[in-house]
Amino acid sequence: MLDRKNKTLTVISIIILALIMLPLILVVITSFNTQSSISLPITGFTLSWYSNIFQQPDFISGFESSLIVALIASISALVIGIPAVYALTRYNIHHAAWFQSFFLSPTLIPEIVIGFALYQAAVITMRIPVFIGLIVGHFLLCLPYVIRLITASMLLMDSHIEEAGWICGCSRKKGFFLIVLPNIKASIIAAFMMCFINSFNNIPVSLFMSGPSLTMLPPSILNYLQNNYDPTVSAISVLLMIFTALMMFLVEKAIGIKNITE
Amino acid sequence: MNRKTAVWLLIPAFLGVLVFTFFPLIQIAIPTFQSKSGFFSLYTQFLKSSFNWAVIGRSFLIAIVTVIVVLILGVPISIWIGRQKTVVRQILNLLILFPMLTNAVVRNFAWIIILGHDGIVNKTLLALHLIKSPLNILYTNTSIIIGSVYLFLPIMINSLIGSVAELNVEIEEAAAVLGSSPWRTLFKVIIPQLTTGILTGCILVFAGTMTAYTTPEILGGNRHLVMATLIYQQAMTLGNWQNASVISLILIVISALSMWLMRRLSHHLDRRPINA
Repeated sequence: MLDRKNKTLTVISIIILALIMLPLILVVITSFNTQSSISLPITGFTLSWYSNIFQQPDFISGFESSLIVALIASISALVIGIPAVYALTRYNIHHAAWFQSFFLSPTLIPEIVIGFALYQAAVITMRIPVFIGLIVGHFLLCLPYVIRLITASMLLMDSHIEEAGWICGCSRKKGFFLIVLPNIKASIIAAFMMCFINSFNNIPVSLFMSGPSLTMLPPSILNYLQNNYDPTVSAISVLLMIFTALMMFLVEKAIGIKNITE
Repeated sequence: MNRKTAVWLLIPAFLGVLVFTFFPLIQIAIPTFQSKSGFFSLYTQFLKSSFNWAVIGRSFLIAIVTVIVVLILGVPISIWIGRQKTVVRQILNLLILFPMLTNAVVRNFAWIIILGHDGIVNKTLLALHLIKSPLNILYTNTSIIIGSVYLFLPIMINSLIGSVAELNVEIEEAAAVLGSSPWRTLFKVIIPQLTTGILTGCILVFAGTMTAYTTPEILGGNRHLVMATLIYQQAMTLGNWQNASVISLILIVISALSMWLMRRLSHHLDRRPINA
């Protein structure tokens, strides 16, 4: 039987699990190395690479702009996405399925193409400022997560609860804010987290929408990595891993992490 | 009145996607068909170059090998994780989720440490006297494939664990009672029941690898371009936007076609009754 007690299966799985975890552990180890190039085994222990992160203006300003863009893009995806999902699931809309796939269509387009096309159309042709272009691009990355996660929980929520509210004299608008939103709270948090993490980590779109005064964190790390090969990259990688862990911890506390994996 | 409210609620999202996804795509698509020498001439010209074919071929090769490796590694560990007790399964789930949510630069960078000229693999092989000089593993198709496998394996596992947990173990017990070996049970009983999850995972991994930019950029270097890195190079380094548009459209068609094909396939292969 291939159950959890099967020895062959256990051995194979533990090896694969180790292969998944080991590379990240190696990054952590190299970040403390005293040598000026990334190598293993390490020859000494230092935290100077961590302080070097803060000597890189690109990393500091990149972190700030990545944070701001991720926040604005995620929130606008929620503000624009939730009403659309509400309309699709609660009103009798013609071609609702068509709208649904239309809203999900940005996922069908390679991110690098979204970045390139948007750069050409928005920044060059429409003369929209790069920063706005960046937010729009990240909004497009976020919207499908909102549509998918909110639709799922909207369909699970019993619409009779809302109807009961109307009968008791609650207006449709009030019902939306007082009955619907609290009921789908978990999926809103889940959608926000997925949007935020994916926007924050994105490279292809950010790569096109950057200028001399505007760099995002992942492209700056990529750039640094291509020009220098010192443990600063390891150190900032560790900070990013801590960031990921923190996000996961917050999700777990707020709603239980399994809500975002489906 | 109701219908009107609904329309207002839909409009922002509709316009957002229309104006910022479809208009830009149309805008980059139109010039590629406006060549003086014919409607498709830019495409035929692009496909005449053996360099471009090498890039397209490399993209496919990497995506296909990645899917196969991810599948071989992903299925056993998903079965194992899916069958743990709830608490253990949740912890393992977190371990799989963690790399999935970690920045791709970090995950690819890790493999530079491992595969590089002075990396762990080379140092170990040299110390064991298995090789005389360091191997060039980094900046090859192999390193891109390794990086892609690492990037997408958690996604495959994540999409399989759920389906594994739902499997009815009694069916396997029945197979065992009737004399089926564990391996035969795996291929004849477990995997057929996982077809939908496996195919969904394969679609995600194939399309993801085919269109990924970061991994080939970090682990492939300049001489191992794939379509995504070629788009960026043509557009931003060489300023050849027309060419970048041509490749973009080819890439969209490939990724859309592969998704459509695999979706068809999964309907075809999923022989379970609808209510199962």
